[in-house]
Amino acid sequence: MRRFTKEHEWVDVEGDVATVGITAYAAEQLGDIVYVDLPKVGSAVTQMGPMAVVESVKAASDVYAPLTGEIVAANESLSSAPEKVNETPEGEAWFAKIKLKAVGELDALMDADAYNAFLKTL
Amino acid sequence: MNRVGRPTRPVVAEAQPLAATTSGSRGLLQAEALVFEIGDPERCGVDLPQPSGRAHRLGGLERTAPIGLAGLSEPETMRHYVRLSQRNYAIDLGLFPLGSCTMKHNPRLNEKMARLAGIADIHPLQPVETVQGALALMDELAHWLITLTGMQAVALTPKAGAHGELCGMLAIRRALIARGEVAVRRRVLVPESAHGTNPATAAQCGFTVDEIKAAPDGRVDLEDLKTKLGPDVAGIMLTNPNTCGLFERDIREIADLVHAAGGYFYCDGANYNAIVARVRPGDLGIDAMHINLHKTFSTPHGGGGPGAGPTVFSQALAPFAPIPYVVRDADAFVLVEHDETGQAFGRMCAFHGQMGMYVRALAYMLSHGADGLRQAAEDAVLNANYVLAGLSDVMTPAFPGFCMHEALFSDAFLDGRGLSTLDIAKGMIDEGYHPMTMYFPLVVKGAMLIEPTETESKAELDRFIEVMRALASRATGPQGGELKASPHFAPVRRLDETKAARRPVLRWTPPDPVRAAAE
Amino acid sequence: MRYLPLTDADRRQMLAAIGAPGIDALYADVPAIAQLDGPIAGLPLHQGEMAVEAHLGALAGRNLQAGSAPFFIGAGAYRHHVPASVDHLIQRSEFLTTYTPYQPEIAQGTLQALFEFQTQVALLTGMEVANASMYDGSTATAEAALMAARVTRRRKAVLSGGVHPHYAETVRTMCEAGGLEIVVLPPAIDEEHGVAAHLDADVACVIVQSPNVFGTVSDLAPTAAAAHASGALCVAVFTEAVAFGLVTPPGAMGADIVAGEGQSIGNGLNFGGPYVGLFACREQFVRQMPGRLAGETTDADGRRGFVLTLSTREQHIRREKATSNICTNSGLCSLAFSIHMTLLGEAGLRRLAVLNHERACDLADALCAIPGVRLATPRFFNEFTLQVKRPAKEVLACLTAKGVLGGVEYSRLAPAAGRDDLLIVAATERNTQEDINAYATALREVMA
Repeated sequence: MRRFTKEHEWVDVEGDVATVGITAYAAEQLGDIVYVDLPKVGSAVTQMGPMAVVESVKAASDVYAPLTGEIVAANESLSSAPEKVNETPEGEAWFAKIKLKAVGELDALMDADAYNAFLKTL
Repeated sequence: MNRVGRPTRPVVAEAQPLAATTSGSRGLLQAEALVFEIGDPERCGVDLPQPSGRAHRLGGLERTAPIGLAGLSEPETMRHYVRLSQRNYAIDLGLFPLGSCTMKHNPRLNEKMARLAGIADIHPLQPVETVQGALALMDELAHWLITLTGMQAVALTPKAGAHGELCGMLAIRRALIARGEVAVRRRVLVPESAHGTNPATAAQCGFTVDEIKAAPDGRVDLEDLKTKLGPDVAGIMLTNPNTCGLFERDIREIADLVHAAGGYFYCDGANYNAIVARVRPGDLGIDAMHINLHKTFSTPHGGGGPGAGPTVFSQALAPFAPIPYVVRDADAFVLVEHDETGQAFGRMCAFHGQMGMYVRALAYMLSHGADGLRQAAEDAVLNANYVLAGLSDVMTPAFPGFCMHEALFSDAFLDGRGLSTLDIAKGMIDEGYHPMTMYFPLVVKGAMLIEPTETESKAELDRFIEVMRALASRATGPQGGELKASPHFAPVRRLDETKAARRPVLRWTPPDPVRAAAE
Repeated sequence: MRYLPLTDADRRQMLAAIGAPGIDALYADVPAIAQLDGPIAGLPLHQGEMAVEAHLGALAGRNLQAGSAPFFIGAGAYRHHVPASVDHLIQRSEFLTTYTPYQPEIAQGTLQALFEFQTQVALLTGMEVANASMYDGSTATAEAALMAARVTRRRKAVLSGGVHPHYAETVRTMCEAGGLEIVVLPPAIDEEHGVAAHLDADVACVIVQSPNVFGTVSDLAPTAAAAHASGALCVAVFTEAVAFGLVTPPGAMGADIVAGEGQSIGNGLNFGGPYVGLFACREQFVRQMPGRLAGETTDADGRRGFVLTLSTREQHIRREKATSNICTNSGLCSLAFSIHMTLLGEAGLRRLAVLNHERACDLADALCAIPGVRLATPRFFNEFTLQVKRPAKEVLACLTAKGVLGGVEYSRLAPAAGRDDLLIVAATERNTQEDINAYATALREVMA
């Protein structure tokens, strides 16, 4: 089941590997995305620590790791086609895959209903 | 005898206006390709003697491959750059109300002085006895800056405002080293309304940046400041007058609080032009402040520099000023190029800073005198308030009351119109004005920061106010959407910045011959 | 006052319009203690053009203009001929009195010129991309060290003993505070590759210079290879841009970042500034670059145009996370560089470079024939170092007394190095055979 963070990342977990991206709301807020600075495969990330950077023409925003673990894949296709993040933020334009250290961390994240309710408060 | 006359009255054309021309030019606005597209490696606009052909002493390191540079003859070069120049807005063309940037008149006397052979054609490493006039000039400029600001010392060498910030913060760091506290005092307080250079500079000096909130009146929130002060604070970086165009009226208290906490007070002098010769920063408790000679003292902005950022220091920081500097001996000026006291924090650049800018600034100071500089500051403030008053009922002033040298508006008057600050800015271009500073400071939504400077006459301001009122009225009226397509009358229409950033093309490359053949 | 259009009547009307009783009301927020009620004491009052011109003219007259004597000083600034059209063009109002091109629709002139400048710098240095300029060569070098640290996530920079001592000091000042360790090797006339011995897992970059401060040109390829093998970058520095009309550029020898001084092309001596820092790198590092970049794009009608781009690197967006704090750079000086380069073209630049080299060779031959004078630079472009049997400072003072500006003593640049026997001498296309003869005659007398 897909989970969300208050920093507008989404995460799908399969086994002990999580796929992470930014939400449609975040992509919309950022406007035209022009660059994604992806994490290096093999690097360690901690829950809600910086993982990647996403840039529009006039802003740069940190993307946080929803869960602790090691980066096992990065979506290199975003380097040459950052516009994918605007087109399919919650699908093809995933940022990275994390091999999880503590699956229990997932409980701290929101489900879709909670995230949608959270968006209404913004 | 030819009796056929030519038409001497315009014929009211039935035809549609011309959409495009064959040449790509539009009357006086000539189309102009890149120099690489019109030039040639063999063409040359400089006549040089024939080399003798003697053997080289390069140890075989000759460059053999083609470089790829294109050349033009002198007349072609003149046309290329004159054509390019005609695509630029300029102060000499019209009002340039770019807030915080201080686009005032650049006197041509200053240019003439900077080109005197005894100034332009001297080498920074000439024996000092052959450059006594240059050192005297630097000393005189230093005297002006120290006297105007009421400070103790000045480092002339910083090459721009941000470089001056670095100079000030490095002096603070050096003072903390002398106190044995550099490892402890890691935090620098910066208001959220600050120029981006402030936090960037603090970070470059190894400090961490802690933001101070702005109060609802656009000034530093004193209570927030108090909670953020502590034994780990190195100092504060504060712009005054601040980026909202307001004087920080609690500045003395801020200085006292920071000093009591053991920190130093860095003032960003970007807006010093509002108070020059009327208020001395030295009387406000400041420890260091850079002065943008290209703002307050009218050296030309040149499309993005060169600037100059001399930095003045209080007694507390003066000993740590960087090398080189000029001192006056009994009968000569001496250039101190190496630290003899062990206290200087280092060196900001290869030589003695921006001599060419020193001359221009000094020519400006001498022309204005202490009285004229004061009048210039007052006129700048008066002009800004006149614009503020003239637009207050149709735009949204960001804060109540008078302003200093720049008037700040938010985009609240555009709410619900589907238009943004950007659209107003681009509409100004069609009306023949350079836009104001937009979306800065960050503490005001859709900020529009207008700095007319003392250069504008009342008549010019009246015309500007009339145009801005009309723009505001169009923006809030039924035809507001038209502004979204502005500018219509600039050399180019709105440019695709997304495309430029997604697939950066940062240089010309020769066309691919295979693809060219296919096309 | 000739620069102020408002009349007293205007001021009264305007104050009335804004509802202020007087100008003091607009300064009401200034603490009373800091209010000055009249012109600041100790400074003159306003003056007309004639008086200002006379005053500054007198100061200028107290300097020995470089062109009035046989002149051979270099060491970071070079006296080349600048065509008259360059200064005319940069004084056009539309270039001189405009701002950084933040509004691209009315700044295409500046933007296209910057795009051309970036291309010229990239070509000259043999690199893939160049930025829109830095303050000068020394600060560009410091920025290169900071950039290398960002790229490699390492914290040490090793500078060769051939790097201009002022550049090394600037690097130290601008980088150490931010946590970089700066290692400067002892002065060495021909040991650029010496940095390789100091490579380790902490080294972000080696910084080498060619032609170096002693004038030596070096093959940087082995140094770059050694740096790469150690995971470090190779930063190549230069102070004489004309050299690359004749000498293999750093980009062809494996440099990752090139930083140097562009004053030689289009810009005068100006007693040290303003100059123009050139900064180029490999394209893969462009997002770690400092400073402004102009880029090509299209407008709403599909026409080619230029904008400032990749701004998220910069302080006005990234603030404390920016790649540099730089804002204003050397716009007009970069324009002068670009115009001069356009006038020269490839053929002109090559010829200019050859002329410089030949003048320097002629000069070296003439001076080294003098007893007590030895050429210390093995390979050079237009600058070389003489080892002299008397203290170089004394030699220079005697030459100055004879009306020859004969160079710079190395000990002036680095007094702590204990090398008072080295004299750095430069020649350019402006030096005539008569200049060279005058120098040789004077030096022979001084060394006798």
